[in-house]
Amino acid sequence: MQTKRMTLPGGWLPYALLAPQVIVTLIFFIWPAGQAFYQALLREDPFGLSRTFVGLDNFARLFNDPLYLNSMSVTAVFAIGTTLLSMSMALLMAMAVNRLIRSRHAYTTLLVWPYAVAPAIAGVLWWFIFHPSIGILPYMLDMLGYRWNHRTSGTDAMLLVIFAAAWKQIAYNFLFFLAGLQSIPQSLIEAAAIDGASPFKRFWSIVFPLLAPTTFFLMVVNVVYAMFDTFGVIHATTQGGPAQATNILVYKVYADGFVGMNLGSSAAQSVVLMAIVVALTVVQFRFIERRVNY
Amino acid sequence: MASIKLEGLRKTYPGNVQAVKGIDLDVADGEFVVLVGPSGCGKSTLLRMVAGLESVGEGTLHIGDRVVNDLEPAQRDIAMVFQNYALYPHMTVFDNLAYGLKNRGHQRDEIERRVQEAAKMLEIEELLPRKPRQLSGGQRQRVAMGRALVREPAAFLFDEPLSNLDAKLRVQMRVEIKQLQRRLQTTSLYVTHDQLEAMTLGDRLVVLNGGRIEQVGTPMEIYLRPASLFVATFIGSPAMNLFPVDYLRERGSGLLDDLPEGTDIVGIRPDDLHIQAPDKRHLIVESTLELFEAAGAESHLYVRLEGNDQPTVIRTAGQPPVTEGETLRFHVTREALHPFNRESGRRMGV
Repeated sequence: MQTKRMTLPGGWLPYALLAPQVIVTLIFFIWPAGQAFYQALLREDPFGLSRTFVGLDNFARLFNDPLYLNSMSVTAVFAIGTTLLSMSMALLMAMAVNRLIRSRHAYTTLLVWPYAVAPAIAGVLWWFIFHPSIGILPYMLDMLGYRWNHRTSGTDAMLLVIFAAAWKQIAYNFLFFLAGLQSIPQSLIEAAAIDGASPFKRFWSIVFPLLAPTTFFLMVVNVVYAMFDTFGVIHATTQGGPAQATNILVYKVYADGFVGMNLGSSAAQSVVLMAIVVALTVVQFRFIERRVNY
Repeated sequence: MASIKLEGLRKTYPGNVQAVKGIDLDVADGEFVVLVGPSGCGKSTLLRMVAGLESVGEGTLHIGDRVVNDLEPAQRDIAMVFQNYALYPHMTVFDNLAYGLKNRGHQRDEIERRVQEAAKMLEIEELLPRKPRQLSGGQRQRVAMGRALVREPAAFLFDEPLSNLDAKLRVQMRVEIKQLQRRLQTTSLYVTHDQLEAMTLGDRLVVLNGGRIEQVGTPMEIYLRPASLFVATFIGSPAMNLFPVDYLRERGSGLLDDLPEGTDIVGIRPDDLHIQAPDKRHLIVESTLELFEAAGAESHLYVRLEGNDQPTVIRTAGQPPVTEGETLRFHVTREALHPFNRESGRRMGV
């Protein structure tokens, strides 16, 4: 890509212009991150009166802790479930809207709204819908013979948080899929129709491969969202329960650190999360340009 | 191989926009018919109706001995070459050619054989492992042709396939398309807005305007005897000059007496205004030369005749010894006059 180069006069102006962003980043991102790294090496009593340097002991304990390992697999299930559900629903809706001509804008606007809802509100919304005593869905499921109770069933709880988290993300995915679909020339689909491909075949052999860059990008974004951006959803619905069934890594950082007051372990967990974010970002940048292009 | 028959074909879009207003046309087996007209004349809609990409509004469409009105594009046994080529960008050239055959359940070795054959015919064998984005415009055009002919369909449909190419390639591909069609003898319908492409490619031309057929005929029939004012000015470049009949009558000295009844406007091709006086009886117009264009083998003279508000173009071979601003005399024979009626737009007489 070509960009125009502009030279600013004077030595101090560029720095002054950058300063606000740099200061905010330093205070709210770099400094806390540094603190996390530092605290991960310490053990502190719950009242903050004494600290001992323990080296990598916090990490060693973490990876031997069945609760933490459980949280990892819970996170994996949650992230994969949320990503699959939100992306497949979004693709379905994008394909439906893409067929429309006149009402396209109206539907697009309506479908984007959930994205503006805060995660906690989305959580509460689904919490009400799924509430075992006052919710509408358990009532209907009961008529089908299924007793829904996410306060006692780990599976139900996981489904609930996946629904809530995915619902909010559908809007975002939908916009990208719709844009992706619209950038596929109509004549390609027509050529495939003349070439004897059924609508099903056309989708899998032409449309889906051409959407691959979009799909891959969204996959990374959705996994990142599910892993790091869903604290509100969990906190408003299950608080990680029942019996650790929905205690995903980010929620555990909070629960161990601010409820359990085990700051050292909590800091070590955030360092692990940081490593995961870095890894995902590298994957995204390394692969999105190369692998999935055609 | 098949003939194509259009009977009373109509297409009305929502909002009562009539794109095609009743078209009857017979395309014989193996014939190359070109649909030509300005943009918005309905030629592309017509082609897409034949392809099955637009539903047939009214009328009957036959391909071979079947009525195909309600058949899917794939069932019509046609192949189409698109303006933007519509190559599948994520597939190699080989897979692009093979896609239609695979969908129809051909055997692997049969596919291999037919793709190689088509690639050889179009001289794109060494391009087979490449992706479309690695090809030049001309190569993409060839691949698009290859994808059409590898299926050995009953008919080829071309939707302005050359309009994305530069001038030189366009001429080259035009010749190749014609040779290919001659060789394969496959019925072809070709849509273009370029009258030169139409003239040179078609066995027959269908001139369309405003959703209706203006004239059907061989290129020379249409050039020599345009059936309407529209055809007269659309086919041929530079366009035919038009004169009010009274204007010429003043200088025609009896030459225009036998013009058919109802003639009030006369067309003269730029080639039919001669600087040299011919042997035959002729009429003479006089005017000042406004602009002289030398185009190598031929020259264009732009003049404005006194009393005629339209500028007039004259085409002559070579470079006549004239200078801008000089007054010239032009000679026109009776045979060169095309009589029209302004109101109906039709040619007068038989």
